[in-house]
Amino acid sequence: MFWVTLKRVMKSGWVNFKRNPLVSSASVLVTTITLSVITALFLFNASLSSMIISLEDKVDIAVYFTVDAQEEKILALKDTLSKIPEVKSVEYVSADEEVLAFRDRHADDYLTLQALDELGGNPFGGSIRIKAKDSGQYESIASLLEGDSEVARENSQIIERINFAQNKLVIERLNSLIDGARKGGGATTLILSIISIIIMYTTVRLTIYMSREEIGVMRLVGASSSYVRGPFVFEGMLYGAFAWLITMLMFLPITYVVTRSIGSLISINLYQYYVSHLFSIGSIVLLIGLTLGAISSFLAARRYLNV
Amino acid sequence: MIQFVNVSKVFPNGAVGVEHVNLEIEKGEFLTLVGPSGAGKTTLTKFISAEESPSEGTVLYDNVDLQTFSSSELTSLRRKIGTVFQDFRLLASKTAYENIAFAMEAAGKSDEEIISDVPHVLQLVDLQDRMYHFPSQLSGGEKQRLAIARAIINQPEILIADEPTGNLDSANTAEVIHILKKINDLGTTVVLTTHDRQVMDAIPSRVVTMEKGRIVGDDKKPISRV
Repeated sequence: MFWVTLKRVMKSGWVNFKRNPLVSSASVLVTTITLSVITALFLFNASLSSMIISLEDKVDIAVYFTVDAQEEKILALKDTLSKIPEVKSVEYVSADEEVLAFRDRHADDYLTLQALDELGGNPFGGSIRIKAKDSGQYESIASLLEGDSEVARENSQIIERINFAQNKLVIERLNSLIDGARKGGGATTLILSIISIIIMYTTVRLTIYMSREEIGVMRLVGASSSYVRGPFVFEGMLYGAFAWLITMLMFLPITYVVTRSIGSLISINLYQYYVSHLFSIGSIVLLIGLTLGAISSFLAARRYLNV
Repeated sequence: MIQFVNVSKVFPNGAVGVEHVNLEIEKGEFLTLVGPSGAGKTTLTKFISAEESPSEGTVLYDNVDLQTFSSSELTSLRRKIGTVFQDFRLLASKTAYENIAFAMEAAGKSDEEIISDVPHVLQLVDLQDRMYHFPSQLSGGEKQRLAIARAIINQPEILIADEPTGNLDSANTAEVIHILKKINDLGTTVVLTTHDRQVMDAIPSRVVTMEKGRIVGDDKKPISRV
């Protein structure tokens, strides 16, 4: 009996959907707007995350060593730093690599290269570049190297300078920017999602309001609450499914145009990101569409079932 | 079958629907409730389908108080009751066939039963040619005949017809009365409300007269088959 009832409920929902093209179109349109806002928020958050990651990647702490610092000591310090939980990576650049890199950078600057040659030997010491897992952790890493810690005391002879103080202001500003972007992005997502869900719920409620008398009659001819509500819930899911299809197709040209026009401002190719994540974004948006449609109808129909 | 025991109904706005009504409807009876508009006839019939509940007193269906019924028990009860309204209350978005099929589906009938019974009942009320018409495409008389077909399709124990002829011309009124008599002949209890004396005279049944929410007359005939 369950399958027969399910078949009847689905058939009835589909017939209602087909027979009220104007109401169905309006509901699909509003649902499409809701799902578009949600999809856009997904892409916005992806762009924001990518921008934050690329900004964070540009920040590091560089520790420069004295010319006579022994490589074993530098590597031992690198090893110690690598084990700190806050540290994401430590990259060692030897004195020889430093001088080669310097020569590369000044390949066209004959005077500078001549001055370097006249100095004789390698005037550069080695260096290490430390990247933290989170940009807020640079301060604690720097204090480990500069302060009164055991690591600082052991290595004070070989460390020439640490560039954290110079970068401190930039890092702090970046931290507050990233923090603001995350909070702002989260708040925007939440507010826009709530607004679009309310709009969608109201639309579905209006469509069911138009059927309130029919709901009462259905109850009076002996239909159970769930049998009356079922077709409305399925119809709500159909709004979600059709809106999902339209949204997914619509975002192909939208992301393409956005990438072409402001692609240089954001650090990811939105179109490529959308296409490569079509399955995951599509699955989540479909689930949201079906759930919103079903829940909106379920709640809206409940009001008129108490007959 | 149905007993009203000292039943009163006061609506939230203070209007009195019915007052101290005591009435018993027996199985197979054809009972006509007469009285002017606002006499409480419709309110009384709404108690039977539990569309309204009394403010005071009890309504018993087969000796069980309707107010003790759960939602699912009410659903089962309504499958034993067929209702015909003055304003038809058909499902506007469904065809004549689907209106009747819906009542059968709601009662858990199989697809085979629906396919065989719906055309048959439509033929009974002479609507076989209007099977795939929507209510908006039917005349007043056709709508009422469709409403009757829907009300009787599940062979209810009781048929409530609330002013079924109120919106019909005399030819259609006669036809509806004829159908109701036939249904009663087959053993279904019929409760008809009307304020039309012509209708009342056309049916030699038990007549209960109401005025201002009270029963003012009852020419009880224990079981009257017309």
